[in-house]
Amino acid sequence: MGFRFDLLLLFTTLVLLSTIAPTVLSDVILSKVDRRIDLTSQIVRVTSTLKVENPGPDPVSEVLLTFPEIQAKDLAYLTATLNEGKGKVKKSGSNLLINVAKPEELPPSLIFHSVSLPKALGEGDSLTIDVLAVFTHALRPFPEEITQADIQLVLFQDTAHYLSPYAVKVQSLTVKLPKARIETYTKLENTNIHGSDIKYGPYENLPPFSYAPIAVHFETNQPFAVAQELVREIEISHWGNVQVTEHYNVVHQGAKSKGEFSRLDFQARPHLRGASALRNLVAKLPPRAHSIYYRDEIGNISTSNVWGDPKKTELVIEPRYPLFGGWRTTFTIGYGLPLQDFLFGLEGKRFLNFSFGSPINDLVTDNLIVKVVLPEGSNDISISTPFPVKARTRGIIALRTKISHLDVAGRPVVVLEKTNVVPEHNQYFQVYYRFNKLSMLREPFMLISGFFILFVSCIVYMHVDMSISKSSASYLAKLQWDEVRATIQQVVSIINQCLSKHERLEASLHDLSRTGDVQACKTARKTADSLFKEYSKELKPLLSFLQSSPQATQILPKVEELVAKEKELQERLIAKHSTIVDCYEKKIGGRELENRVASHQQKVVALKQEVDDLLDYIEEI
Amino acid sequence: MAVTKTEPINGSTTKSSAPPLPSMPLKSDLLSILSLKSLRLKTKQQELLIRVSILCLVYVLAFITRLFSVLRYESMIHEFDPYFNYRTTLFLTQKGFYEFWNWFDSESWYPLGRIIGGTLYPGLMVTAAMMYWGLRFLRFAVHIREVCVLTAPFFASNTTLVAYFFGKEIWDTGAGLVAAVLIAICPGYISRSVAGSYDNEGVAIFALLLTFYLFVKAVNTGSLAWGLASAFGYFYMVSAWGGYVFIINLIPLYVLALLITGRYSMRLYVAYNCMYVLGMLLAMQIRFVGFQHVQSGEHMAAMGVFFLMQVFYFLDWVKHLLNDKKLFEAFLRITVTCAVGVGAIALGVGTASGYISPWSGRFYSLLDPTYAKDHIPIIASVSEHQPTAWSSFMFDFHILLFLFPAGLYFCFKRLSDATIFIVMYGLTSMYFAGVMVRLILVATPAVCLISAIAVSATIKNLTMLLRTKSKVSQTGSTKGTGGGKTSSKAMLDQSQPFQRNGAIALLFGAFYLLSRYAIHCTWVTSEAYSSPSIVLAARGAHGNRVIFDDYREAYYWLRQNTPPDAKVMSWWDYGYQITAMGNRTVIVDNNTWNNTHIATVGRAMSSYEDEAYEIMRSLDVDYVLVVFGGVTGYSSDDINKFLWMVRIGGGVFPVIKEPDYLVNGEYRVDKGAAPKMLNCLMYKLSYYRFGELMTEYGKPPGYDRARGVEIGNKDIKLEHLEEAFTTSNWIVRIYKVKPPNNRW
Repeated sequence: MGFRFDLLLLFTTLVLLSTIAPTVLSDVILSKVDRRIDLTSQIVRVTSTLKVENPGPDPVSEVLLTFPEIQAKDLAYLTATLNEGKGKVKKSGSNLLINVAKPEELPPSLIFHSVSLPKALGEGDSLTIDVLAVFTHALRPFPEEITQADIQLVLFQDTAHYLSPYAVKVQSLTVKLPKARIETYTKLENTNIHGSDIKYGPYENLPPFSYAPIAVHFETNQPFAVAQELVREIEISHWGNVQVTEHYNVVHQGAKSKGEFSRLDFQARPHLRGASALRNLVAKLPPRAHSIYYRDEIGNISTSNVWGDPKKTELVIEPRYPLFGGWRTTFTIGYGLPLQDFLFGLEGKRFLNFSFGSPINDLVTDNLIVKVVLPEGSNDISISTPFPVKARTRGIIALRTKISHLDVAGRPVVVLEKTNVVPEHNQYFQVYYRFNKLSMLREPFMLISGFFILFVSCIVYMHVDMSISKSSASYLAKLQWDEVRATIQQVVSIINQCLSKHERLEASLHDLSRTGDVQACKTARKTADSLFKEYSKELKPLLSFLQSSPQATQILPKVEELVAKEKELQERLIAKHSTIVDCYEKKIGGRELENRVASHQQKVVALKQEVDDLLDYIEEI
Repeated sequence: MAVTKTEPINGSTTKSSAPPLPSMPLKSDLLSILSLKSLRLKTKQQELLIRVSILCLVYVLAFITRLFSVLRYESMIHEFDPYFNYRTTLFLTQKGFYEFWNWFDSESWYPLGRIIGGTLYPGLMVTAAMMYWGLRFLRFAVHIREVCVLTAPFFASNTTLVAYFFGKEIWDTGAGLVAAVLIAICPGYISRSVAGSYDNEGVAIFALLLTFYLFVKAVNTGSLAWGLASAFGYFYMVSAWGGYVFIINLIPLYVLALLITGRYSMRLYVAYNCMYVLGMLLAMQIRFVGFQHVQSGEHMAAMGVFFLMQVFYFLDWVKHLLNDKKLFEAFLRITVTCAVGVGAIALGVGTASGYISPWSGRFYSLLDPTYAKDHIPIIASVSEHQPTAWSSFMFDFHILLFLFPAGLYFCFKRLSDATIFIVMYGLTSMYFAGVMVRLILVATPAVCLISAIAVSATIKNLTMLLRTKSKVSQTGSTKGTGGGKTSSKAMLDQSQPFQRNGAIALLFGAFYLLSRYAIHCTWVTSEAYSSPSIVLAARGAHGNRVIFDDYREAYYWLRQNTPPDAKVMSWWDYGYQITAMGNRTVIVDNNTWNNTHIATVGRAMSSYEDEAYEIMRSLDVDYVLVVFGGVTGYSSDDINKFLWMVRIGGGVFPVIKEPDYLVNGEYRVDKGAAPKMLNCLMYKLSYYRFGELMTEYGKPPGYDRARGVEIGNKDIKLEHLEEAFTTSNWIVRIYKVKPPNNRW
């Protein structure tokens, strides 16, 4: 019964008022007032057309709009526009300036907003103003708790007479209700009902502050989706993306559900059992939104759908469970947007042009926090909003910043806060800042330098001798062993060179069989011979080193064997070579030659095999 | 190789032509030498390059093959236990280490609570938190959930590296490489290490294998440094998983085996003492383990072997001093009897006085598979504690099951300290794998390593055969050009006529088997082990994927729409998930430390509603959560688990008797079910208003799709509870416990 008490209180204050202060501001007359109250959704929109007349001598530059305190706290949005044309079509686009006014001598239970007129109203002049006032939480569920089978009834209270500090000549009020049952409504004189509209008036010649309370009790199955807190984070990346993340904390503020929740009933008769449940929310995202996600603290929510067309992207999200009255849920949606649609340059500065409120339809936001995260290194930040907000700029000047991937100093964050936000607040706001393009390269550079340092340190580690004790036996042994290994490597490479020379010799034989050039063959043999001598000279010091080194005792016999075998192989090859050449010179062919060479050939192959095996063995070490 | 293989053909064809004859084989020889040489010049580097790149690929492969679930579903935590681990990790990263260490959790085991810091293995959480902090420090703004989800795959990748080094240590680099590949994709390991499976086992298998590797390395080298490293590996293992008991029993067993087989050496002495003493001291730092190393029966084997080692050392020393053999033998007899006697008396006194605790039930149930069934139903009720079926061996090991004995054969053929270790590890862990399904995980590394030895040794032998063959034939062919008689010699060389072809065929066979293995592993990973079990997926009528996200729906409902201090009663399986996702206090959870408490819940579930109401009132229960699969045909629901609730409840409260719920020993829910069954709380909560629902076309209303019967009690009235929430597919049903009626 809280509301009845409120009503009573309000009424008494008003009665008191009308006796105290009628004379204060009465030099303006409202010659005609037309009010339309739209109750089809949870957001109450009151459109009033006021015709203001100035009968007095003093020019008037301000008009006061009055709301009782009880309504004023629900007032989310208020604009006044000048209605210059005769018809409804012609409207001036510019909104008139509205300030909260506190005229003295008036009790504080009334809140005044003064509308500044574009030009002062002279004597006898008149003009028409359209006022749009949007209220949230103005519909109260009554009864406050319903079961799943009950329908949701809500109550709305207002005054049938336009509450104004001015006298009103003619006025009328239309209350537009959703197309459903009307439980009761206050019947005053001149009350008509047309379908789902209730009409009060016209009333004529009412004094200032006249008040006729009305209450409408009607059925609505609209879910009352209220985001108690919404944090929107808009993060700009100059690499071409604007990332938006929105954290919702949504509650159904219709009639609270009591008693059992039956899934069976909800599934079988969804429109009777659970008619007012919130099943889904529709978000209108900007066009070309991509990478859309919908999740909550415990993971992805799979019930969502996206449709895109060039004008908008429509996202339908279903909460994990249908929200009955009083139930709540939290979730996060996120999406990326192309940067060029929202970021513009102006006189060396850049500005972000982004819409303020939530993209979800018909959602009331109690407390909206918009955070704009600018790229690291932005400075000279300023904001401009179409309506007053609480702003805090964190970042370079202030204390806290957001640290994201690869940030060193952190990104400056602009925080805007506003309470009681309705879809009418979805207007563009601007954040201006300066940003040097070179700062963009900071993060790739960091990444590159990170890898660079990693690799360099690896190289350094591989090349630096890390052993602690340079004189320990094992360390010295290791050094020696390294030396031995290097020597063996040299030996092996020399042997390999010899082997390649062998091949060349064989190749010269092959040439001989083709061309019959005996001379060339001979010279080849000679050069090979001299080379072999050189190699054996080179080998000598290496072998003597190995013999002297204690570390090489194990491997030494093998190395020596290798050298010996290789030597034998050389000799055999040379012998074979000379035999063949001789045969060619003496024109001995065919079988004879084969017989002569055969023994050499066999030996050569066998030796080659042995040398190969030895090489394999030595290289294994 | 290709060139040398064609050699004999060349040789035979050249026989016919006459004068320029010798040049032909010469040329081909030259070719072969050239190609061999260009290979040989860099063989070492090439081998290193190939090895490193294979390892890198295996490292990456082990990681990405575990990402199926992330790609199919999302980056989320799976199963039950991981939710607890995730919750504690979250706590650790938010509140810091000391808060974590001293955390008393009042959200579980209401009204008892749980001292988290003292009752968990912190290794996993600390590891994940370290990685998280490290990444944060490097300015990667990752979410802790992503770190937790990817911890297991990351450690699986590291395990492949350890497997490589281990294989290298016990056999050769080839076996190491094969082991790395096998373990990277082995389903037995993947089952516990897919992305999102944020469980202790994920890091523990890494730690286990690392400890073993380091210990074997220490035994092989006798180096204190490796012994120390293995002690730290052991410490990490102790901090990560209760399975460390396996290490602390296997290593002494191994040492004992070495002692018995006369392989005692100074290396072994250094390795074991260092590892045991330091490992024990380090392990005592974990609060959950505490002084168990000196007080619990399960750890006594290690201590016994430790003292035995000292006796051995002492004897060795005495033997060194005494040159008289007879005297020494007498001395030996006396010392050994004394040592054994003193040990037995100490153990007896310790056990009798209660200083040394007896073996725990879990340990018993490992040694005697039937123990749990008779004495601890709570252990027997867990599906992963069931004895392993043959099919799951085949499923998890595939060809490794056949390669394992082959590998054992190779190990026995080349016995060394290291191969003895792997053989013992393989045999014991295979036994345990047979006892409990989940212990297949412990056996997996051993099976992979031993199979790798088989594969590597076989392939090596076969290729060797091919190589030597070609070399022989090469010499044969050149001989053939020299003289005609060599052909008979060549024939002689081929002692086994089809050896070469046989080798080739066997090689192909091996590759075929290995490729089948790879295919099988991928298939198993993708089909069986990559579903999060929180989200159920099914194929719809049109082939599209239908997702049942009911668990999270219910948990999130609990989180958002119940009072923050609400107590939720459910069967213990869901306890961790309710606290982690629902953020509500639970009566019992998956940490089944208090059997009586669980039995109380089991009793409540299996009593009539008014009796259950008394129990629930006494436990301050506000909500009751049951899982029900009758609508979707989800079979692992509470009705199917119900008999375990009865058994566990009956184990403590004899009021509950299992036969009351059975009809002729048969468990039924339809009209023929036992009357107590039809009216117990669990039945009522599962089937409340289900009798009005048409689940399947052509069946009567109340047709239970999970069990395929029409339910027996369709007219269920609840007196003390009311339906608070049921998820969209009815999988989770939550009931509110009503306050008691006013008396007037």
